[in-house]
Amino acid sequence: MSRVISLKSPSFQLIAFCLALSLAFPLWSQPAATVYAIKGAKVYTLAGPAIENGTVVIRDGKIAAVGANIEIPPDAQVIDAAGLEVYPGMFDPVTQIGLNEVGAVSATVDARELGEFNPELIAATAVNPASAHIPVTRASGITEVLAVPGIGGFDSEGGGVITGQASAFNLAGWTMEEMQINRQVAMVINWPSIETRSFDFSTFSFKEKPYAEAKKEYDKSVNELSDWIVRARHYAQAKEKGSPDLFLRDLKLEALVPAVEGKLPVLVVADQARDIRNAVDFCAKQNLKMILASGSESWKVKDLLKEKKIPVILGPTERLPEKQDTPYDKPMTQPAELNAAGIPFAFSSFGTSFSRRLSQYAGTAVGYGLPHDEALKAVMLNAAQIFGLADQLGTLEPGKLANIIVTNGDPLEIQTQVRYLFIKGQLTSTDNRHRDLYEQYRKRPAPTR
Amino acid sequence: MKRALLFVTIVFVVALAPVALRGQDSNAPKNDTILIKNATLLTVTHGNIEHGSILIRDGKIAAVGTDVKAPDGATVIDANGQYVTPGIIDCHSHIAIDGGVNEGSVSVSSMANIADVLDPDDLSIYDDLAGGVTVANVLHGSANAIGGQTVVIKLRWGKPASQLPFEGALPGIKFALGENPKRSNFSPPPGIEPRYPATRLGVEETIREAFIEARQYKKDWDDYKQKKAAGNQNLIPPRRDEKLEPLVEVLEGKRYVHSHCYRADEILMLIRVASEFGFKIRTFQHVLEGYKIADEIAASGAGGSTFSDWWAYKMEAFDAIPYNAALMTERGVVVSINSDDAEEARHLNQEAAKSMKYGGLSANDALKLITLNPAIQLGIDNRVGSIEVGKDADLAIFNHDPLSVYAVVQKTLIDGQVYFDRQRDIDMRPALEKEKQDLLAKEKSAAEEKKAEGKAEGKPEKKPDAKKKQPPTGQSNAGGVAGGGL
Repeated sequence: MSRVISLKSPSFQLIAFCLALSLAFPLWSQPAATVYAIKGAKVYTLAGPAIENGTVVIRDGKIAAVGANIEIPPDAQVIDAAGLEVYPGMFDPVTQIGLNEVGAVSATVDARELGEFNPELIAATAVNPASAHIPVTRASGITEVLAVPGIGGFDSEGGGVITGQASAFNLAGWTMEEMQINRQVAMVINWPSIETRSFDFSTFSFKEKPYAEAKKEYDKSVNELSDWIVRARHYAQAKEKGSPDLFLRDLKLEALVPAVEGKLPVLVVADQARDIRNAVDFCAKQNLKMILASGSESWKVKDLLKEKKIPVILGPTERLPEKQDTPYDKPMTQPAELNAAGIPFAFSSFGTSFSRRLSQYAGTAVGYGLPHDEALKAVMLNAAQIFGLADQLGTLEPGKLANIIVTNGDPLEIQTQVRYLFIKGQLTSTDNRHRDLYEQYRKRPAPTR
Repeated sequence: MKRALLFVTIVFVVALAPVALRGQDSNAPKNDTILIKNATLLTVTHGNIEHGSILIRDGKIAAVGTDVKAPDGATVIDANGQYVTPGIIDCHSHIAIDGGVNEGSVSVSSMANIADVLDPDDLSIYDDLAGGVTVANVLHGSANAIGGQTVVIKLRWGKPASQLPFEGALPGIKFALGENPKRSNFSPPPGIEPRYPATRLGVEETIREAFIEARQYKKDWDDYKQKKAAGNQNLIPPRRDEKLEPLVEVLEGKRYVHSHCYRADEILMLIRVASEFGFKIRTFQHVLEGYKIADEIAASGAGGSTFSDWWAYKMEAFDAIPYNAALMTERGVVVSINSDDAEEARHLNQEAAKSMKYGGLSANDALKLITLNPAIQLGIDNRVGSIEVGKDADLAIFNHDPLSVYAVVQKTLIDGQVYFDRQRDIDMRPALEKEKQDLLAKEKSAAEEKKAEGKAEGKPEKKPDAKKKQPPTGQSNAGGVAGGGL
């Protein structure tokens, strides 16, 4: 029988003390406690109905048990979560976290390499584990993200086509080695768009070009992309059959091989319906496993996405309608439409400092018709499924990584606070740069002069 | 610039298709007497009233309470289960501007006036109206230490430009401090010399220099008028200077200064300079480090208009914290939450709610951030900002508590007229879609006819004009792109 810790017992007080310490300092900096029990909470496993008065046991970084009548192991640190709610941590699948510290300061940005085709670049290589964005973001209940090269940033107007590989990692740890979930989860393709008008940040004005010229550039980009795919296939064949002595290694082609073999999904950024259709056709012809990213006009191509089984990583609900004749609320109603059509999708911030708005995007979509339980999945579970990480993440089930949030209410509601945060089974601080500055300046005495 | 941060590229796509614009609502019923009944009224100044009603007459709030009855002939809006708030006031906007937001060629561009370039057809007006916004402080960009003149508008969608300005609202002028006026994050086009100033030192000097000139200009005119009044006949009036006139108005308290700023030191700098010349800063805009010097801002009498949780997009935004609104409020500053962005303005209610999470403001204080407080900052709180008898009937009706993420605006009223109605918007969509399809078919057949004609006359085929300009798509907006507004 497990030893029940009474509130008054010395051992509880010790645990409470440890807990207080752990909240003051990131716990991974302490000798790692390995067993926790969160008890008395309403547990939303996302794998079944919510459990009233449930218990979650965490051991060695993983979820050991979840249920209503779970024995609390004698060696467990117990968190009394009566009145609180327990969920899987949120997953923001397209971010620049760790690659982009201060958007306008290029020295702090490693999000966008020169050149059009850079399949060999891997985001995890340059994710800064000490980024201030990491504690800020996880304080809002986001426990894991993908860093995606080639999107966003002040200098993002270039036309990189294959921008590198996205990496999945937990938002806590001393080094990337400790944080990473999977270094290579997707090859990122910015689908070339026929652009006649683009904004030039260097002159802060619009540049225009004739349609024919834009179309020519588009065709050229797509042909080049196609060429890279074909060469990667030949490369794979040559590597398999050729003599090792005669074989010259090519980093770019080598990196593309898993993608052309369908082992690594391609994350294709596209917004206009025409671009999405073109990208879907292309990936189908080339046998690429496509995930659509951003997808402002996914609603226009629902049948196609459904037929080809293309999941969508949706950009924020907080954007203006794509066109003048698009209904004003389309960005907010689109998630409900995709859900009704049976298209798997996840929400994403496509940002760095806006990652903490993830739950707001999902909540807004609920206001416009998305069922609440589907919205929870779309910030906690679906991205894990789409990127093939659902064996480790996304639900509260035994054996999965213990990335867990304990909240004082509905995690999609703006005012809700994250009370406890577990990443890789460690109780992790929600302290961050913003709270520190707040506490510091709140104590500032009235000015003397 | 936020959208640019979020997305890969700002793309403007050629539209071959004609468009049937959203927001066509010319058949909206009009009535001078309206009763909104059965709602939860969030009055802001007189608490919340359950099962309350608001009687509107001739554009003004005529009665508020639980036992207000509909007079004969009144249009009744049954808002059972819904919430009514004062119309949302956005204290920093760049909507409804035709063309550039920034006259960025000079460091003092006070001669430029946003009121001259109001665009009543900007769809952002409708989009923001659909977020419950009724009033916007439409600002010049932040490329210059002293920017252009600004104007407060009501979002009277469908009315001509002349009817957008908020009657009687004092005009303003935009100032800007820090990275934008010193052009830290922008390079001039090839062949153009960088513009002075390039430091915060130079920004201060630019403002001081301009006010030394303005003070002299005012003195010249005062002297002239005095002599003329004394009967002196052979006088030559001073030469008019459109750059200095608005600054004289600032010195005379006839024009509000809305100053873009980030860092604590530059905010204190402007307070010093203003006090040297005897004028006041009406609002500090963005004011992301306002929490560091909230006491000084409060003592200066300036308001603070800030973002909910934007940070880290540039160096001077790295110490921004989402507790800013709450902390400044705690220290006695009149604070508002603004958008600076046509999209962000669509959910200012959500942004205000963040001040409850970050810093623990009460629900009513959070709501004030987007209603009464910006009204005070703009000097229009005698007209708008709360639900009170005698005030303008500028109202937003939500289906849930507006501080909840689930709240959706159902109707927006300005001057007692329904300018946005969600159900009507939804109902007219099939007709708009049909209009679009009809136009497409027409264009197609016209193109075919032309083709046939061309062949008959032996002319070479001419491609249809594909270069029809489109306004910014969802990935962009006036404030973000043209403004350098943040």
